[in-house]
Amino acid sequence: MSTSANGSGTGALSATRPTEVSRLDRVVIRFAGDSGDGMQLTGDRFTSEAAAFGNDLATLPNFPAEIRAPQGTIPGVSSFQVHFADYDILTPGDRPDVLVAMNPAALKANLADVPRGGTVILNTDEFSKRNLTKVGYAEDPLSDDTLAPFEVHRVAMSTLTQGALADTGLGKKDAERCKNMFALGLLSWMYHRPTEGTERFLREKFAKKPEIAEANILAFRAGWNYGETTESFATTFEVAPAKLEQGTYRQITGNTALAYGVIAAGQQSRLPILLGTYPITPASDVLHELSKHKNFGVTTFQAEDEIAGIGAALGAAYGGALGVTSTSGPGIALKSETIGLGVMMELPLLVIDVQRGGPSTGLPTKTEQADLLQAMFGRNSESPVPIIAPCSPADCFDAAIEATRIALTYRTPVLLLSDGAIANGSEPWLIPDVRTLPDLTVEFATEPNAPDGSGEHWPYVRDPETLAREWAVPGTPGLQHRIGGLEKAEGKGNISYDPDNHDKMVRLRQAKIDGVDVPDLTVDDPSGEARVLALGWGSSYGPIGAAARRVRKKGLPVAQAHLRHLNPLPANLGEVLARYDTVVVPEMNLGQLAMLLRAKYLVDIHSHTKIAGLPFKAEELEGVFTDIITSTKEVAR
Amino acid sequence: MTATDLGLPALGGLDLVPTTDEPQKAKDYKSDQEVRWCPGCGDYIVLNTIQSFLPTLGLKRENIVFVSGIGCSSRFPYYMNTYGMHSIHGRAPAIATGLATTRPDLSVWVVTGDGDALSIGGNHLIHTLRRNVNLKILLFNNRIYGLTKGQYSPTSGQGMVTKSTPAGSLDTPFNPISLALGAEASFVGRALDSDKKGLTEVLTAAAEHRGSAFVEIYQNCPIFNDGAFDVLKDKDEAAQRIIPLTPGEPIRFGPEGEFGVTRNGWGGFEVGKVADIGEHELVVHDPTIADTSYAFALSRIGDQNLNHTPTGIFRQVTRPTYDDQARTQLEQAAQAKTPNLQSLLTGKDTWTVA
Ligand SMILES: Cc1ncc(C[n+]2csc(CCOP(=O)(O)OP(=O)(O)O)c2C)c(N)n1
Ligand code: SF4
Ligand SMILES: [Mg+2]
Repeated sequence: MSTSANGSGTGALSATRPTEVSRLDRVVIRFAGDSGDGMQLTGDRFTSEAAAFGNDLATLPNFPAEIRAPQGTIPGVSSFQVHFADYDILTPGDRPDVLVAMNPAALKANLADVPRGGTVILNTDEFSKRNLTKVGYAEDPLSDDTLAPFEVHRVAMSTLTQGALADTGLGKKDAERCKNMFALGLLSWMYHRPTEGTERFLREKFAKKPEIAEANILAFRAGWNYGETTESFATTFEVAPAKLEQGTYRQITGNTALAYGVIAAGQQSRLPILLGTYPITPASDVLHELSKHKNFGVTTFQAEDEIAGIGAALGAAYGGALGVTSTSGPGIALKSETIGLGVMMELPLLVIDVQRGGPSTGLPTKTEQADLLQAMFGRNSESPVPIIAPCSPADCFDAAIEATRIALTYRTPVLLLSDGAIANGSEPWLIPDVRTLPDLTVEFATEPNAPDGSGEHWPYVRDPETLAREWAVPGTPGLQHRIGGLEKAEGKGNISYDPDNHDKMVRLRQAKIDGVDVPDLTVDDPSGEARVLALGWGSSYGPIGAAARRVRKKGLPVAQAHLRHLNPLPANLGEVLARYDTVVVPEMNLGQLAMLLRAKYLVDIHSHTKIAGLPFKAEELEGVFTDIITSTKEVAR
Repeated sequence: MTATDLGLPALGGLDLVPTTDEPQKAKDYKSDQEVRWCPGCGDYIVLNTIQSFLPTLGLKRENIVFVSGIGCSSRFPYYMNTYGMHSIHGRAPAIATGLATTRPDLSVWVVTGDGDALSIGGNHLIHTLRRNVNLKILLFNNRIYGLTKGQYSPTSGQGMVTKSTPAGSLDTPFNPISLALGAEASFVGRALDSDKKGLTEVLTAAAEHRGSAFVEIYQNCPIFNDGAFDVLKDKDEAAQRIIPLTPGEPIRFGPEGEFGVTRNGWGGFEVGKVADIGEHELVVHDPTIADTSYAFALSRIGDQNLNHTPTGIFRQVTRPTYDDQARTQLEQAAQAKTPNLQSLLTGKDTWTVA
């Protein structure tokens, strides 16, 4: 490196820190700008820096629904929120302590979320009359009192970036495009973040265009040096590393963790994998990731539609592969008939639903957990399937392995319900030692099994314990058999229209799923005195947990439990529910789990619901829990 | 986007399927299930033909799989003593794609009907053919929905009166051969249920073809559309109408071979008297012509009224198959990078908490 942004002559960034340093336990930063401004990349990089520094963290990207919404408009705003702390945190944070707004649209779309006294950093270059009118600002918010309640930093980021890149020979427009790295540099300085990772990342990312890599690094350093030299920032902040469990960590998103879980399940079962799928937000990244790992024996088949995707997965399963299909709610609707076929043929199949806002096309880029009843009942007739829901991005890895274990052990389709929030959100992941992963090896049938000693193969002879039938794959001599969607005679598996047989088979299929071994539910109640239980499932784990902590800090006891297995439910759930005066179930739907619990356990459930396309806020649930605990106390008095 | 040449070796359709020296008989392919089609149904003869033709392939029986959709014809797998799956309406090509892609050692056959393949499963059919997955698709075309008791199908003629079209069908029918060719099928053939020899020839070539082979079988449904193909079964009528396609031979037909096929001014084909056309102007059949327009033009000679009905192999070209290429990509990836789960999970950016 021979050039440097501040002309100090050395490449490395070093701080003299004339500023006051304030120590914080946690910070939430939201980067917001136009979709073309590179906010996702900026947020991602800041997150990596925080991770490298040893903070605990959680992120929440928020994409516009349109791919290229008109520039500078509110629908075109893209944002990325990162929460980092010196302790283990559970959510991406309710409200940003710091908002970085790259244009008026980003300011307008996000300002309401910033608490009074929060910090707002603005790219003033974009606050032209034209841009202001585009988003309906009659008055310039920089000159009226819109920003009065906040600590505001006005930075001419575009101009400063162009200035820093003046000698690079890069055109003005290209230079201006590096302004997101300027913002990142500035924030990195403010929060004492390590910078080597970002520089290395930029060099690798633009390895084929070194001049672009250098331009971005220059912009990044210019931002950093701007903080260091201008004195407009009186304070910098330090968030110490978190005391997490010992081990090696990486940052991971839910969809990547899900893909890795599938690969691990293939390795642990020694089966080739076939993913049959059709692109859909927010599940496509599972396909993208898996398609990169063909060396693990993963075939990714991008089919003509969701039905063909699951069909191919089921066909592969018939042939003895691990069949996987991935989609979102609308795709599950299309796959229903084939899931039913899998239930009837009793073949293993992993069905991944990364839920999004609905009904219909709904809110593709927003989150929701409203496919529970679809997963549970969305097929004709009695068609039970096990359901698993991961509770955080990293948990998707374990959930995929657990779902595969059940599918292979019980020869059944299994539904895995992730959602948009954990699919795109990320958190640190304590990298597992692969030697500790469960062994998922399966045995295919090799010998005829007819109990009458006829030497025939009966496809529907069951294991007495699991009720699973044998997996006899084509190519095995002597085990030729035919299966299909028509009702089967118990044992022999031939077509049967016998009324008693049908009654028996319906009950057997149900009993098999009811008998899936599911770990008992554990309850977290540090005080041991809670009378109220907060029970959740899926991605609401973070906000429920964070709210429970806040409530306990106020001296109010609350118990928390989280369901990973939604079908069958843990055996001790009825007993757990009976222990509490009130059970509150927060869900991003209209009370689907609450409905199942009421029906199954005849208990009253306090259902708290929100379907805004965004995760719960800890603050909101804190209020809900507090009210319930206080009123439960009063009733008791 | 860049294109990668996978440089595949030329394989036959059955080259990766294990064979046996043990002599096989048609009987070996019969399952213990009672065949339940209506008396006189064309499906019986097709079943018999297939059961007597399969032994000639000399394959291990356990390496043959029949996958079907829903319909009368789709009951087929139950009657075969091979592996089989009677799946759901229209989806057999998709299911078979997953099976064929992961199991190169299997000979995979799809049995489907005109409703199953062309209505509900039309999308899967065209995409399977386009991808050229190594599987054989037998479309039993009776021009009616048999199983649901007699509604019109996508191959029923306009004006056809059925249970659901008392005033006559309004739909323009598909020509399944043209459709398959439009979908880039690499092998396309047609035969009559009652023509054991012709059907066997087409099936043998289909089995040995590497890639998707599409075979339309005209099948009589005596209950709901009886006699749909009778004009092709009456000896005298058939001679006037059936145009046998023999590779390397000029295309001609008629009791005395007095009719023939020649090019018209539009790039298509037309039928005429050889005497008028002149022997030199007759089209010499070549199913290996790469340009689909040739086979397509042939398919257009055939019409819904069966006035002219080419039978045999329309097209038989070699092109890479989806499944071979998919497997090659896996092999190449594994050679380029030994799979190591721990290093995948660990990735490049880590930090350690002591
Ligand atoms: C999803 C679904 N829709 C409709 C049906 C009813 N159904 C069964 S077979 C069939 C049509 C079959 O016609 P074709 O494919 O021509 O077969 P054929 O009975 O004539 O051999 C229909 C509509 C079904 N089984 N499943
Ligand atoms: S309804 Fe027609 S196609 Fe179906 S079995 Fe009877 S005769 Fe055959
Ligand atoms: Mg039919």
